[in-house]
Amino acid sequence: MKEAAYRNSAGGLIDRDRPLKFYFDNVSYQGFAGDTLASALIANGVHLTGRGFKYHRPRGIYTSGTEEPNALVELREDARREPNTRATLIELYDGLSAMSQNRWPSLAFDILSVNNLLSPFLPAGFYYKTFMWPKQFWEKMYEPFIRRAAGLGRAANKPDPDRYERATLHCDVLVVGAGPAGLVAALAAARSGARVVLAEQDHRVGGHLLSTSTTLDSKSAESWSDDIRTEIEAFEDARLLTRTTVFGYYDHNILAAVERLADHLPVPGAHGARQKLWRIHASRVILACGAFERPLVFGNNDLPGIMLTSAARTYAMRYAARPGSRAVIFTNNSSGYDALADLAAGGVNIVAVIDPRSDIDSQSIAQAEAVGARILNRAVILGARGHLHVRGVDVDAAGVRERIDCDLLCVSGGWNPDVHLHSQTGTRPVWSPDIAGFIPAESRQRELSIGGAAGQFDLANALITARQRGLDAARECGFMSSAFDLPDVAKGSSAYSIEPLWRVAGYHGKALVDMQNDVKETDIGLSAREGYKSVEHLKRYTTLGMATDQGKLSNVNGLGILADELGFSIESVGTTTFRPPVLPVAIGVFAGSSRGQHFSPTRYTPMHDWAVRHGAKFVEAGQWLRPRYYPRDGEDMLAASCRETLATRNSVGLCDVSTLGKIDVQGADAPEFLNRLHSNGFARLPVGKARYGLMLREDGLVLDDGTTTRLAEHHYFMTTTTAEAAAVMAHMEYYHQAIWPQLDVQYCSVTEQWASMAIAGPNSRAVLQKVLTRIDLSNEAFPFLAATEFNLGNFRARLFRISFSGELAYELNVPAGYGESLWQALMNAGKEFGITAYGTEALGIMRIEKGHIAGPEVNGQTTAGDIGLGSMLSSKKEFIGRPLAAREALVDSAREQLVGIRCNDSSMRLYAGAHLVEPDKAAVIENDLGHVTSVTYSPMLKTWIALALLKGGTTNIGKTLKAVNPLMKHEVNVEVVSSQFFDPENTRLHV
Amino acid sequence: MRINCPLCGERASDEFSYLGDATPGRPPSGASLKEWHDYVYLRDNPRGPHHEYWHHVGGCRAWLVIHRDTFTHEIFDVGLACDIEESVG
Amino acid sequence: MKYSLFNLIRNTFSGHSRWTPAWRDATPKTHYDVIIIGGGGHGLATAYYLAREHGIHNIAVLEKGYIGGGNAGRNTTIVRANYLLEGNQPFYEWSLKLWESLEQELNYNVMMSQRGVINLYHSDAQRDAYVRRGNAMLMHGSDAVLMKRDELRDMLPYLDYDNARFPILGGLMQPRGGTARHDAVVWGYARGADMRDVDIIQNCEVTGIRMENGAITGVDTTRGAIGANKIGLAVAGNSSRLAAMAGMRLPIESHVLQAFVTEGLKPLIDHVVTFGAGHFYISQSDKGGLVFGGDLDGYNSYAQRGNLPMVEHVLESGMAMMPSLGRLRVLRHWGGIMDMSMDGSPIIDKTPIDGLYLNTGWCYGGFKATPASGWCFAHTIARDHAHRYNAPYRLDRFMTGNLIDERGGGPRPNVH
Repeated sequence: MKEAAYRNSAGGLIDRDRPLKFYFDNVSYQGFAGDTLASALIANGVHLTGRGFKYHRPRGIYTSGTEEPNALVELREDARREPNTRATLIELYDGLSAMSQNRWPSLAFDILSVNNLLSPFLPAGFYYKTFMWPKQFWEKMYEPFIRRAAGLGRAANKPDPDRYERATLHCDVLVVGAGPAGLVAALAAARSGARVVLAEQDHRVGGHLLSTSTTLDSKSAESWSDDIRTEIEAFEDARLLTRTTVFGYYDHNILAAVERLADHLPVPGAHGARQKLWRIHASRVILACGAFERPLVFGNNDLPGIMLTSAARTYAMRYAARPGSRAVIFTNNSSGYDALADLAAGGVNIVAVIDPRSDIDSQSIAQAEAVGARILNRAVILGARGHLHVRGVDVDAAGVRERIDCDLLCVSGGWNPDVHLHSQTGTRPVWSPDIAGFIPAESRQRELSIGGAAGQFDLANALITARQRGLDAARECGFMSSAFDLPDVAKGSSAYSIEPLWRVAGYHGKALVDMQNDVKETDIGLSAREGYKSVEHLKRYTTLGMATDQGKLSNVNGLGILADELGFSIESVGTTTFRPPVLPVAIGVFAGSSRGQHFSPTRYTPMHDWAVRHGAKFVEAGQWLRPRYYPRDGEDMLAASCRETLATRNSVGLCDVSTLGKIDVQGADAPEFLNRLHSNGFARLPVGKARYGLMLREDGLVLDDGTTTRLAEHHYFMTTTTAEAAAVMAHMEYYHQAIWPQLDVQYCSVTEQWASMAIAGPNSRAVLQKVLTRIDLSNEAFPFLAATEFNLGNFRARLFRISFSGELAYELNVPAGYGESLWQALMNAGKEFGITAYGTEALGIMRIEKGHIAGPEVNGQTTAGDIGLGSMLSSKKEFIGRPLAAREALVDSAREQLVGIRCNDSSMRLYAGAHLVEPDKAAVIENDLGHVTSVTYSPMLKTWIALALLKGGTTNIGKTLKAVNPLMKHEVNVEVVSSQFFDPENTRLHV
Repeated sequence: MRINCPLCGERASDEFSYLGDATPGRPPSGASLKEWHDYVYLRDNPRGPHHEYWHHVGGCRAWLVIHRDTFTHEIFDVGLACDIEESVG
Repeated sequence: MKYSLFNLIRNTFSGHSRWTPAWRDATPKTHYDVIIIGGGGHGLATAYYLAREHGIHNIAVLEKGYIGGGNAGRNTTIVRANYLLEGNQPFYEWSLKLWESLEQELNYNVMMSQRGVINLYHSDAQRDAYVRRGNAMLMHGSDAVLMKRDELRDMLPYLDYDNARFPILGGLMQPRGGTARHDAVVWGYARGADMRDVDIIQNCEVTGIRMENGAITGVDTTRGAIGANKIGLAVAGNSSRLAAMAGMRLPIESHVLQAFVTEGLKPLIDHVVTFGAGHFYISQSDKGGLVFGGDLDGYNSYAQRGNLPMVEHVLESGMAMMPSLGRLRVLRHWGGIMDMSMDGSPIIDKTPIDGLYLNTGWCYGGFKATPASGWCFAHTIARDHAHRYNAPYRLDRFMTGNLIDERGGGPRPNVH
């Protein structure tokens, strides 16, 4: 392990008692707890960390925060590999391993840096002008090459092994950012008694103060900050979330934040989540997100060893890591001077300050003199020199050229308040000439910005405002408190002053505006020349600001240059739209635990465990799991379901139908309500009778079907299909509450309350009678469509004589908790008859044999007439959907209507989804007559049969057609028959 | 968004489902096909204040009429659909 | 100036100083034969084909902001023709054919990339519906391939085959489907229209539609009144507002749909993949970002941004389909305003007002329709009757019941 040669022997907020070993590109280094990967690399003298996106120019650590454009690495390995991770945000842990990306074979020698030489041929948007010939070459050659060359890091190719959580927080005041302003605002609100959430991206509070030697009330910045932290954390109603980025501002003051619970660890602890998504519902929001320093645009401004002045100061002060030994400062504003003393204290020898301004305030001059740095005013850097690291700069000072050697170049082009969250509220920031930056506009939500985020760069004043805003926010939520004393802030800096410099004139080499997307200064001129003059066109044409930093560094410089080119003011050019997230957020945390088997809830029927014990294979029916078939030794699905069908038709079968929607309807107007809902009549249904019902949507197409039973004068029991249960319930609620609230009717979903089982087959009565000994089940006493409610032991049960299979059949409903025991009782009672449990496959076989419709026929596109239920549209009453069902195209006799089809050759099979054409016609759309909806092998007819929707419907019965299935390269001749294949007279139903 | 359900209090919008424009009245008995067409298919679809049906499907199951701005998403008023329908007649 | 490798090299030696604007910044004239309102893909394509196919050159395209600033620049760039219904598939197949030669047609690289669009299925019923659809596609002369689970596993190894709540059973693929560079389509049509003398007028918002005796005479705009014989509306998201200026109510609701992009990555996803157990579709751009989207937020909205519940919902589907996405990061998400029609299909038709033509209702399928929409709308405006490809897209179809409802969702736009 190498010694960290650039680590100062004292100072910094690092724990020197906890040395950590880490690897970058497989070389091991040493850092300390409290380091970031970036600070630890700098302490080891490593600056070269990446390559540019397009020209593959060498790049170094440029910032110390979220806006880092260059030092993006692949962190961790294998399934946990995280591409494009900012080295400046990675907290060092022992054994950390990171790899550089987008270079080959190595960072120092990258083949594609040849692009840098070719760059004159590759201006912004060059790809729109070429790669068009020959036509086929785009997909085969150009695009694959471009795709391989583009992109940054490599994604993990295995499922993410980590867990994620989601939670919701409600508070009175949310403060985003625990820098000095955020701390004071949060403290003011917390002392008032408001419920406060203070969210901080860093693992410790203090913000930019931690990068400085500022003292407050003679305390160091970190101890002052920690004292406030301690006080805030002591409030029962206040909550500090560190390692938490508030990244999205949504409607009605709902904000989203990600808390990085375990990213600072090698892996999350046992049962611990990696990250947590917080949805924060806040009455008031105070944004104290600070500001970003701006780069300057000059020749070779992207060389490693060039960084923001604030970053250099951070490395020197917070991490005791010297970013260089001999530094030049290039600044157009007073903040560059504020950093000098701290840099010098951190062991950096400052040789010169290059300042384009002619007048420099006396305080700044004193600051430079104090560290022995020359000031060159009316001066700019034309270009930086060096290959893999800066070695010097070419300066033009009022026309005098000079070369100054250095190994560190600190730049400061001014400050951009972080208006990202504010702008997400749907507003656009406004230009402030005072600070030459965009500041928050009037807010669309109950939110305001303080401190650097509001463009208030003076600490003492920022704290006064912060206190007031904190008190105000609490007061608006009903919490009163009075002001408290603020700390004395050692006054060392001058009032902020700046003269914007968007680009250096006459620079040499390449001047990068967006370092991450390799957008050059000249690209902006080209874009404007070619007519891409709107700021959005500029962004889209040049890709300015579209990289992982979302333009945090580049956008304002780009806007300034565009304004220059067009001769407009920067405020009339405007900004692009700020979009969430403020900082890229892992996809996993949005999904939380809703993945894999937990993507959607699983619903089990009351008899589920019995089915599991008896080897059932299950099928998803929406969220439900239903027994599909119960295979016996070696049976496949077709064999098992045919056996189940035959057993049912020949003797008796038992099927779990608990997933059907069940709705209990009561009230004096229940008959009227059901009458309006259904196309057929229910008002005159006798008590103790069931009836098949059909419901239309208001547009006249079929909504759902089901059986409804009148249990008492004002009490009905309604069933729906499994798929439409929720929709039918909502439909009823809508019509009752929004259209007919005067109806006296109450209804409730009871799907989960009842276990339902269908017992079907010629011996069903005999089996059922053994269990229900007190009920006369004879055909005379309990005929088809009879229904009754009775006591069975100590609970109520309901019995309906209804049939989906076409057999003599009953549906028995018992309270869900008794479902399995009743099921078992029926299986026991049926043993002598060979009773057979059957699943949805056999159910499907029997319903197709009977021509009963289901989902493939009721698909939202069909009318009642289409599916053979036209006679169910009552002409004697009004019902939902009646008027629009009469539209001309919906009653056209040429529509596709329900028929049965069967293979002429019983050895041939059918497929659902095949289309129907005349037997001698080709499979082209002009010949299309309809399609096959539901298919089964019929064990009764011993051939493949199907339901189909066919133009002209039953008028085709007897015709031979061809079922064509070019997708599966299959076709077969079929005969059009009645959809009632089996027992068309329904004799088996009424025995 | 947050919706102040008259029965349940203020809740996150993910508890609710949306139906649409609550302005048109359902045509009376004997209305023409055109009236039905206009009721079922045509919308004012304003950019700005809008009366609309929401369903507190993950809560009390009440249908609500919400007066909401379709551009800012600001909610001005929330009422129970049954109250509004009854007061209209 | 023609775009070619030769010209690129030639311009390199003049420091790229001689490139001319891709389109002129035109100032409005007092009168046009045709005004197209809406400088998105559809509007610009309409102007292009009016000039190219119908010899009409006195045309203005009025755009309230910058061209391509609406859904043309906000979509997930998917191009496909995989529809079921007879009203739809011929139109979309024609659109796909136009896409296939669009670069050469426009002399602008729109990066049409036929990487294949795959719809996954998770149940037998879904498979049957896809078989029906795939057969319809083939019978229309389009391409379609039914993929079994094992074939998918080889092709798309990153999907969750083993621990999915709704197991992936297979997929329906359209190999000719793919993606294109959305902004380039706008700019390419703008440049092509401009070369044919069409005036493209940006920052010109229409504030009123002028009529006399039931016929169109022009528009009022933020840049003054402009006369016109014919006006075509191609203002996705704002159709109802523009139609209201002419006294019309439309079968349209405006809804917000969100889209997402991740940080740039080395090649990971080669196709467009659509989840069948939730609403989620994903592809990878040439720059390396994964581009994806899902359902509408569900409520009427003119705000071009959505809310958190749908963000979570979309990404749940993403993680369910592709669990290795977990550590990749969402870089940006945004919203666009969809003209949601009452059956999920578009309208390209004349209106009851003489000289006023309507192009709306694209729901969230407008991007892939761009070339054919422009083509058909131009035909309808120039000839005063529909082309056979847009003949089903009538405004009065809800009155007659000739619905084109692919999903069977009925007159509830937020379910389409």
